Amino acid sequence: MAESRSISLKVNGVSYHEDVEVRMTLADFLRHSLELTGTHIGCEHGVCGACTVLVDGRSVRSCLMLAIQANGREVTTIEGVAPSPTELHPIQQALREHHGLQCGFCTPGVVMTLLEFLKDCPNPTEEEVRVAISGNLCRCTGYQGIVDAVLAVAGGKRA
Amino acid sequence: MSPPGRAKGEYQSAQREGTPVSLIGASVPRLEDEPLLRGKGRFIDDLHMPGMLEAAFVRSPYAHALVLAIRKDAALAIEGVHAVLVRDDLLPYLRNEYMVVGLPSKDYKQDLNRPALPADEAVHVGQPVAMVIADNRYIAEDAAALVEVDWGPLAAVGDCKAALSADAPKAHRGSPHNLLAEFIMGYGDVDARFAAAKHVFKEQYWQHRGGSHSIECRGTVAVHDGNDGRLTVWTSTQMPHAAQRILCDMLGFDENAVRVVTPDVGGGFGPKLVFYPEDVCVAIGAMIMGRPVKWIEDRLEHFVATTQERDQYWEAEAAVDADGRLLAIRGEVIHDHGAYTARGVNLPYNSAEQIAIGYELPAYRMKVRVALTNKVAVTPVRGAGHPQGVFVMERLLDRIARELKLDRAEVRRRNLVPANKMPYQTGVKSRGGIAIVLDSGDYPRCQEDALVRAGWSDFPPRQAEARKAGRYLGIGIGNFVKGTGRGPFETVTVRIGPSGRILVHTGAAAMGQSTKTMLAQIVCEQLGGDMTNITVVAGDTGTVATGMGGSNSRQAVLAGSSAHTASVKVRNKLIKVASHLLEVGEQDLEIEGRSVLVKGADIKVDFAKVAGAVAGTAGYSLPGGVEPGLEATDSVVIDSMTYANGTAVAEVEVDIETGAVHIVKLVFVHDCGRILHPMIVEGQLLGGIAHGIGNALFEWMRYDDDGQPLCGTLADYLLVTATEMPSIELAHHESPTPLNPLGIKGVGECGVIPIAPAVISAVEDALAPFGARITRTPITPSDIVAMVTPRKT
Repeated sequence: MAESRSISLKVNGVSYHEDVEVRMTLADFLRHSLELTGTHIGCEHGVCGACTVLVDGRSVRSCLMLAIQANGREVTTIEGVAPSPTELHPIQQALREHHGLQCGFCTPGVVMTLLEFLKDCPNPTEEEVRVAISGNLCRCTGYQGIVDAVLAVAGGKRA
Repeated sequence: MSPPGRAKGEYQSAQREGTPVSLIGASVPRLEDEPLLRGKGRFIDDLHMPGMLEAAFVRSPYAHALVLAIRKDAALAIEGVHAVLVRDDLLPYLRNEYMVVGLPSKDYKQDLNRPALPADEAVHVGQPVAMVIADNRYIAEDAAALVEVDWGPLAAVGDCKAALSADAPKAHRGSPHNLLAEFIMGYGDVDARFAAAKHVFKEQYWQHRGGSHSIECRGTVAVHDGNDGRLTVWTSTQMPHAAQRILCDMLGFDENAVRVVTPDVGGGFGPKLVFYPEDVCVAIGAMIMGRPVKWIEDRLEHFVATTQERDQYWEAEAAVDADGRLLAIRGEVIHDHGAYTARGVNLPYNSAEQIAIGYELPAYRMKVRVALTNKVAVTPVRGAGHPQGVFVMERLLDRIARELKLDRAEVRRRNLVPANKMPYQTGVKSRGGIAIVLDSGDYPRCQEDALVRAGWSDFPPRQAEARKAGRYLGIGIGNFVKGTGRGPFETVTVRIGPSGRILVHTGAAAMGQSTKTMLAQIVCEQLGGDMTNITVVAGDTGTVATGMGGSNSRQAVLAGSSAHTASVKVRNKLIKVASHLLEVGEQDLEIEGRSVLVKGADIKVDFAKVAGAVAGTAGYSLPGGVEPGLEATDSVVIDSMTYANGTAVAEVEVDIETGAVHIVKLVFVHDCGRILHPMIVEGQLLGGIAHGIGNALFEWMRYDDDGQPLCGTLADYLLVTATEMPSIELAHHESPTPLNPLGIKGVGECGVIPIAPAVISAVEDALAPFGARITRTPITPSDIVAMVTPRKT
């Protein structure tokens, strides 16, 4: 068996203490150990962005980070975004209204990227939105609905 | 660009018949969205079962090699490894070790179906030769690396044109040659037309389309119940019933013993309609282990083991009269088939067929040769060969315009099938032998609208002005006509149970195209209009006996039609039984929400009560002597395809220093018949357009001449990202088809089809001062720099 370590971390506000193999990615840890399967794996080499989560508020590719590197940190995944089981976060709501998702596989990564982006840049231009999501691949939407959704949430105007 | 929050396109729609509930034509909220947005989707890799094991595959690193020996010992020595399975281990479970999936055709010269695992010869990089089953994927991959295979490398053939030369290595050791199939499509006296033509123009083209690259890769989970012998397979497929049929054929099971279930699918785009070696291996693994087994494809595997569309070489020659009217086209195509037949010869068939539809073409002959190569099998990717045919036709028309000094759009206008000739009998037949009749539409009007929106006639002065400033602008056009809704049918059951909730079962499969919403919309249109009162189950063979699944822009047309007729039957029965319960004439009743109401009175009976009444009570008669239950199943049969059309106009700016192409604006005007859901239609088009831009400028699954892939990551195989997507103006024309009750045509593939020719035409136009002639797609920055270099030096 591969070497294991104990880690403690918070995920979506809940504290976990787990033994993990040192080689396990954060993505696999979230998906398989914590059964938070909303974080998706699309490429496992850091390009597609589907596995994006927030660690201490900053977006990371959870396929490129080891679970043990999250020791002592706070992780937010898509399951922790909506304020309640009956309400969606404004970004989620806007994606819905603007058809910013089709198959929905890339969507959790898009939402997590946008959470960070809109915090850093609350009133973006269209160009800024496009650059912000250029690290999230989507094969369904042509990105238009995603861009429209972000601009609607931000109350911004298209360039 | 239109402002956010509004529909992006403009609609030119005939007034619809008024109905009391009007969901059709409205952008109602999608049923699919809420769980997907919350991370509560249920994709294949999200399934977990007690005792589940995970698989990894040992794959060929060679494009062509003998498999001399496979030694398992080192792999089996790892703790947590349960089995290493090779062909001999599978054979006791296989009635037929080959996946017989080729569509019927008399044109095959060789039958080359894929084996579950090969006996002694691997014919492409990525072909699985052994499967490891372990406690988890990490251990399975460790062990796969320790499976020792003695390979005997053989000469391989990478390029499909080279494959047909007499001295080419054979893709399969036992094959007489690399010609898999050959056929000639055509009609009319082609050579006589050429002999009499005023002008003849000949070109050669090379085209490439690459992979599907759904963001979710493939995956399969299988459970075998040792007590009743039933096998359940969850798989990320576009065609669950086809998967069930192949599993039954290979394993010798009857269809009652095999259930295939499609979970949420993270994009299909074609290759997920194929049944794969891994699927049957996982099923047998579950039978051998007596435990659930899961396999999830990773991206590298997707590059080498999931089917693709790749290369076509074309020679095409057009004969025209003095006015640029087409008299005949003839030529030859060589199509890269890959190493096996995983679908049929439908792709090159579609490509060749495409030349002869859309424009009036008096005579046509295309010789098609399908070549085996040592690469993963080729099967449809969104568009399925049609984009290549459109590319050739549109490039030929540009050539004709240039030679005759005519406007490119004018040449097209002169040749497009005019609206007053609809329905228009073309000279070609579909691959199923059905005559292709263009059913409806006004192609010239569609083109004209696109030209106006794109500012086509104002463009030359703008272009000239920009050139003075050293900027290279270009504009290009592409038309398409696309057969959609391939029959013969799709099954839909509509049922209202005693709870009052509407349930829809269908053989159609959802992979992101909003299939559930589309069906719910059509059903609710008849059954009260409450979209929150419906559950749609798509892609579970346990619920519907027959089904076709998702391909060929077909599900709204076929499943939509069946959903409509089935829900009308349920509606009629609902009214009939309610009439009996309320003692009111049927003509005085209407359906609203979850109830049947008496018009103009405060009297109603809810669905639950009506459904309960026909669910039967022991010892009591059914009301009105009706048949039990409140449900209907329909499989509307529609053999003829319905033809969607459209025009794309692209404006680009080319940086001649870097070779970068910036798409400034893209106008897309199309006609997919009656639009069920504008937002979904636009989403389908935008996704297709993005894919088409990739095909024009970015996506290239490179292999070397020996069949070794030169791409293996999304960092070297480029998918379009948000920053490459231009401003897109969509406009919709609606010519309802007479071929189905709702007047709808398919749209799923339409966006992709005319994009490469429009973009390439625009780039060529931008580089006209350099005499650029582009006869290939994709084009890269280095291609562009090479085109401008002679003039610069």
